[in-house]
Amino acid sequence: MRAASTFFWRRPYWYLALLLVPPLLWFGTVYLGSLFALLAQSFYRIDDFTAQIVREPTLATYGQLVSQPANVDIVLRTVTMAIAVTVTCALIALPIATYMARYAAGRMKALFYVGVMLPMWTSYLVKVYAWRLLLAKEGIIAWFVGKLGLTGVLDALLATPAVGGPSLSSSYIGMFLVFVYMWLPFMILPMAAALERVPGSLLQASADLGARPSQTFRNVVLPLAVPGIAAGSVFTFSLTLGDYIIPSVVGAPGYFIGMMVYVQQGTAGNIPLAAAFSVVPIVLIFVYLSIAKRLGAFDAL
Amino acid sequence: MPSDRRYRGDRPSWLIRGGAFAGLAFMHIPVWVIILYAFTTEDRTYQFPPPGLTLRWFEAAFARSDIWQSLTLSLGVAACATVIALVLGTFAAFALARSTFRAKDVLTVMFVLPIALPGIITGIALLAAMKLGRIEPSFFTIVAGHATFCLVIVYNNVVARLRRLPSSWVEASMDLGADGSQTLRYVLLPQVATAFLAGGMLAFALSFDEIIVTIFTAGNQRTLPIWFFNELFRPRDRPITNVVAVIVIAVTLLPIVLAYYFTRPDDEHETAH
Repeated sequence: MRAASTFFWRRPYWYLALLLVPPLLWFGTVYLGSLFALLAQSFYRIDDFTAQIVREPTLATYGQLVSQPANVDIVLRTVTMAIAVTVTCALIALPIATYMARYAAGRMKALFYVGVMLPMWTSYLVKVYAWRLLLAKEGIIAWFVGKLGLTGVLDALLATPAVGGPSLSSSYIGMFLVFVYMWLPFMILPMAAALERVPGSLLQASADLGARPSQTFRNVVLPLAVPGIAAGSVFTFSLTLGDYIIPSVVGAPGYFIGMMVYVQQGTAGNIPLAAAFSVVPIVLIFVYLSIAKRLGAFDAL
Repeated sequence: MPSDRRYRGDRPSWLIRGGAFAGLAFMHIPVWVIILYAFTTEDRTYQFPPPGLTLRWFEAAFARSDIWQSLTLSLGVAACATVIALVLGTFAAFALARSTFRAKDVLTVMFVLPIALPGIITGIALLAAMKLGRIEPSFFTIVAGHATFCLVIVYNNVVARLRRLPSSWVEASMDLGADGSQTLRYVLLPQVATAFLAGGMLAFALSFDEIIVTIFTAGNQRTLPIWFFNELFRPRDRPITNVVAVIVIAVTLLPIVLAYYFTRPDDEHETAH
């Protein structure tokens, strides 16, 4: 044992290799191998007559993806939803993160951190299911709105063209609510982490120089929170782009990228088109990551 | 004790205070609602408030063999995936925590990819590979998918702890005459143990609850989340579904709470030793 440890201490690269080979073998074959398989599949095409996959490199599948207006609509719809969800999450998270990072102390601070972590780690599917119960026609939101005497307002909201629908559980408004709910903790935590790092002396200085609290917030705190917001937005954006369960459970009529991938590989059996569709969020996320990196998102993670 | 980030006269405006508490309530209400619904006597609609409360759905759920089968499968998958992830994730963390070599940045990015990219990418990629390699879905394909993102969780937990550990401790141990294996046993491992356990707990909870990747790798097998997913579109067994929801919450939250306890920054068993 001693001889072995001395051997590795003297030859750090042997030690590194011994440690790295097993995880790299696993990662290389299972994960990277699969990603390459995905990329390869996206350059195959499906034969229209035999419904068999033709294993010759071709751009036909990507051509199909780009040339059909319905497919372009799906991408635009998903990106619009991802942006709307990201902006809303940032707005809702701001007071929570500010309060837990700057004002709450002791037990209250612990309460807030646990209070954000618990719903975040509660089963994903159970939360989606809970929202189905909340949004249902005879569910809690309808009941509560009725108690407040605002049923007319809800109906008017649901009558809005494009985003409305027969009930909350089958409209884009409902889907938007569920997305915001699901990814909110992923925005709050990095934002709070960024705000925790704002030194108190800066705020003191700002106040001493005569800034009102709202001015301090706007000109000092907010700019320093940007890396945290950028880090959080990576999660909210990426998670919304790839999700296929929420759009299928909260049944608004239009397809999303994730649903399209799921349907194409499943009932349609068209793995090449599913693969090509899944390359879209990968590209979008890399573009988004490069923007977020400029805003300092990686220093805030 | 007031926090040091707070200066005199700096009080949260009602907007921030109100927004914070309202936001916290928004995050918690759906979870409490689902627990309430597990006890409702109404079995056809999602009527609120529930007309009455009962425990009979728990009895009905525990009598169902399909639920037991799914629960056993999910626990088995989570256990296997966690063990693989613990071994490989810890190896990777020890290798990458302090060393510097040329490919290190590439490897660090690679080890976060499975959680930075949406789960559906991992799922469809595994399926694409299985189709190309003509691999049939089995228990092992589910485990392989889960172990990949669980590995990332374990890696992140252990590597964070290793980086916080002052390098002077290792040097001191060596200066005092300990060899590499003694330093590992008496200095590194005790420090890393709680992060290792926490990583394992999180990995287990994550795997037990996973649906997005699992759908692609499971074929006809039904883990508990897949059972649950199918029920979402089949309203026949609503009361049973509500009960399973409560079971899933319990099984996932228990390890999470333990993991939180293990990694609290001002933890007693971190400062006491």
